[in-house]
Amino acid sequence: MATEHTFPDTAAKSATPLPKEFDPEKMSISMGPSHPSTHGVLRIQFELDGETVTKADPVVGYLHRGDEKIAENMTYNQFVPYTDRLDYLAPLANNAAYAHAVEQLAGLKMPPRVEAIRVITSEMARVSAHLMGLGAYGIDVGAWSVFMYCFTEREKLYTLFEKLTGARFTTSYSRIGGVSRDVPPGWIEEVDGFCDQFLPILEEILGLLSRNKIFLDRTVDVGVVSRADAIAYGLSGPNLRGSGVPLDLRKDRPYWGYEQYDFDVPVGSKGDCYDRYLCRGEEMKQSIRILKQALKKFPAGDWYAPDARRIFAPPKEKILTSMEELINNFMIVTEGPQMPAGEVYFEAENPKGTLGFFIVSKGGGVPYRLKIRSPSFCNLSILPKLCVGNLVSDVVSILGSLDFVMGECDR
Amino acid sequence: MTAQADLIATLQGKFSSITPRPSADHPALNVSASAAVALLATLRDEQAFDYLVDITAIDWSAEKTPRFTVIWHLYSTVNHAYLRVAADCADDANPVAPTATGLWPAANWHEREAYDMFGINFAGHPDLRRILMWEGYPYFPLRKEFPLAGLPTELPDAEVAAETGTRLISAPMAGGPFVAPAGGPMSTVEPRAKDEAWSEQQEKPHAP
Amino acid sequence: MVTTNNELAYNSKIEGDVVVTQFDAAVNWLRTNSMWPMPMGLACCAIELMAVASSRYDIARFGAEVMRFSPRQSDCMIVAGTVTYKMSTAVRRIYDQMSAPKWVIAMGACASSGGMYRSYATLQGVDRIIPVDVYVSGCPPRPEALLDALMKLQQKVKRERSASRLLSA
Repeated sequence: MATEHTFPDTAAKSATPLPKEFDPEKMSISMGPSHPSTHGVLRIQFELDGETVTKADPVVGYLHRGDEKIAENMTYNQFVPYTDRLDYLAPLANNAAYAHAVEQLAGLKMPPRVEAIRVITSEMARVSAHLMGLGAYGIDVGAWSVFMYCFTEREKLYTLFEKLTGARFTTSYSRIGGVSRDVPPGWIEEVDGFCDQFLPILEEILGLLSRNKIFLDRTVDVGVVSRADAIAYGLSGPNLRGSGVPLDLRKDRPYWGYEQYDFDVPVGSKGDCYDRYLCRGEEMKQSIRILKQALKKFPAGDWYAPDARRIFAPPKEKILTSMEELINNFMIVTEGPQMPAGEVYFEAENPKGTLGFFIVSKGGGVPYRLKIRSPSFCNLSILPKLCVGNLVSDVVSILGSLDFVMGECDR
Repeated sequence: MTAQADLIATLQGKFSSITPRPSADHPALNVSASAAVALLATLRDEQAFDYLVDITAIDWSAEKTPRFTVIWHLYSTVNHAYLRVAADCADDANPVAPTATGLWPAANWHEREAYDMFGINFAGHPDLRRILMWEGYPYFPLRKEFPLAGLPTELPDAEVAAETGTRLISAPMAGGPFVAPAGGPMSTVEPRAKDEAWSEQQEKPHAP
Repeated sequence: MVTTNNELAYNSKIEGDVVVTQFDAAVNWLRTNSMWPMPMGLACCAIELMAVASSRYDIARFGAEVMRFSPRQSDCMIVAGTVTYKMSTAVRRIYDQMSAPKWVIAMGACASSGGMYRSYATLQGVDRIIPVDVYVSGCPPRPEALLDALMKLQQKVKRERSASRLLSA
């Protein structure tokens, strides 16, 4: 099946043999899985003609931890920490998307405060994830200061997340039927303060790259994805919008009250790495715009759905004093939130793309099948086509611009 | 769901095997495996469902027939609507489904994952090999009889396995994750692991 | 001024500005203060590893900001993230390629014991495939915890009898 290759390092056959169509006369090189520029454990097997890539075969699965099988064995609430670790740069967004998908199964409608909290946390997560993507992209093309500045801003976000949820990231903030705790007093004002000071710093960070000759040389006209390709390969998020397709679930199928916020969706024109970078930068500015509106309108009220009797754990004082709430809490914790039977699919516009959850339930507190539609998995599938004809160093630039996360790709 | 009924009425002429599929949110159709690709092509070209979101599969467990169902999720970039298409695989022991790679290149990796996790063969797929587990992994993990903890096998790299003497073992579940089985009097259902691994030496513990 | 510290002593009354110490102590001092990590950043812990390298927690104070991905040039492998069976053989190969002396920090719950991923695909602790010196708990560990682990590793290295090993091996 695999052609005979001798690698300089070892005579052992690799566990993933080279694809059969690789030419034995050309050079084959494996980039990764441990590589500074592969954004996690991605391995790409290249067939090279000198420095130019003639074929590329990405090998994923080095971070496949069995999330979908795990989900079949635990209750809906017990699975929330696993959703954190999908796109681990924006855990709050994953939590909210998962909780919403399960709530759709039960047909639950969330009170406005829950929706506002989900919008605020998701947009903060979007800023955090794009900052990380920008920082990592900066390092890949050689700009260390961008990375440091981005991380300083991310640390401010981490402090805010910690005040809200208790953890810097991997927050596990959602519960089925609401969130785990209410917003602490003073938090809204602090987020407002962060938004105010962030925009000038963002301008400074983007100013380091957007007109930088070296960055332009490395990203303009590199990795061009056409409109048709972007739709055919199932790209989503800034990768899709960078190619000129104006799809954004927050505008097309609004959820969590996004229709009441005024914001624009940046769409690129050429579909090269530079366009995707610009989309992300502009999306951060739009996120701050949404945040300011959401913080101003922040409604009072319940932070959980009060009619979710057998789904959301009742308040502690009721549990300790009233029999029915005690039994409900016991059932929710041991058997899981009781969901009706049915199939549901929900996608949210996450920073990396559209993260979807397909849940098949036979009733009860444990899903029968949970499929996670991962944007990074779909975004990476275009790599074999995109890398061909580019130099190896351009591949690094392409990987940075696709901004994927292996935790999400491999689940 | 009027959208679902409309869609079925429109397509019923060409595809006689379409039936509505119960769904909690989006319109969903059942179709036979042989007509699936033709239906998907019609949906893409005539009904504007041009974006393939996801291909996955469900294993209804070895006792049920048909055992495997392949699910396609489609999205219309024009109408902003989702559609779910489901087809059962004819054979339970060696499930086969048609490939959608001719319609969308995105299907390539999704079908490789469905093959890797369930063992469903996609007829006509250009390069059907494992994607998440390594080549040579002997099991299909998402099948219902495969335990969460996994079954022992060899490490992917023979050289490293020989050097370290390590094998792939069943993960020590230690009784968790703790989920109480539904039904039955509360005095008898204690939270316990839903399944644990077994091996030749030790049988899978039966539910009491 | 004579001190009772028998690791490193200035004795300027007798020898002048000369430092007298044990060979072990000198070698260990060099090693601990320039512990170059090989970041095996696999999953979420890698983000905290990057946060340790950034300006707020600043691993550069410990001489360990040189995170080159080349195993030959590094001293300490920080396994940050879940090690799956598919990845484990690559981790072992890279560990083998590191030149002695080398140490390993297993950062986080997944690297120490498999963490919350008790499944068919996850190696239940990276110590099943490489020897580990320091385990850090947390999911992910705070950057301060990783700095504490680095300091514990430094204390461990300071206690080693490196001179006799160098001369005998």
